[in-house]
Amino acid sequence: MDNPVFAEIQTHIDSAPVMLFMKGTPMFPQCGFSARVVQILKHTNIPFKSVNVLEDPEIRDGIKEFSNWPTIPQLYVKGEFIGGCDIVTEMYQTGELQTLLSDKGVSHDAAA
Amino acid sequence: MGMPASEIEALIKASLPDAQITIEDLAGDNDHFAATVISEAFRGIPRVRQHQIVYAALQGRMGGELHALALQTSAPE
Repeated sequence: MDNPVFAEIQTHIDSAPVMLFMKGTPMFPQCGFSARVVQILKHTNIPFKSVNVLEDPEIRDGIKEFSNWPTIPQLYVKGEFIGGCDIVTEMYQTGELQTLLSDKGVSHDAAA
Repeated sequence: MGMPASEIEALIKASLPDAQITIEDLAGDNDHFAATVISEAFRGIPRVRQHQIVYAALQGRMGGELHALALQTSAPE
């Protein structure tokens, strides 16, 4: 925890079982990759909270270092970094995302 | 902005000499790519780690001059 913004990021991650750091909001995503992850979460009826990194440059830069991941969106489930758009898409298509959520006790549509 | 596919491939090869790499320039603009990388280095490790290895090979270009690189990684069958 060498970077002060890390504590703030961790607070966000701890504030919901499923947390998405994205560009824009779930209603108005401002990047196609963020939009796709929102679409998957909504389609699977996964309740989630989000942080709009475009409103906070410190989080926008800090989170890349926090997770050692260079891009946004970033999805966290129960505090664990799951991945970005490619990984979430692939996990959704193979059903791994749904399995992961069940394993972690997060409600969602199993059939989706 | 952007970088040619050959440069992306060369950077990945430098870190993962055994990698089979396919790169597609999705929009023909040197800025939106889809890459498939197959390497022994990925065997048995989580996807997040696999992608982090590729991002590390790109030495900070991902998210900077390289905006969009859709990535699929796996170990050889």
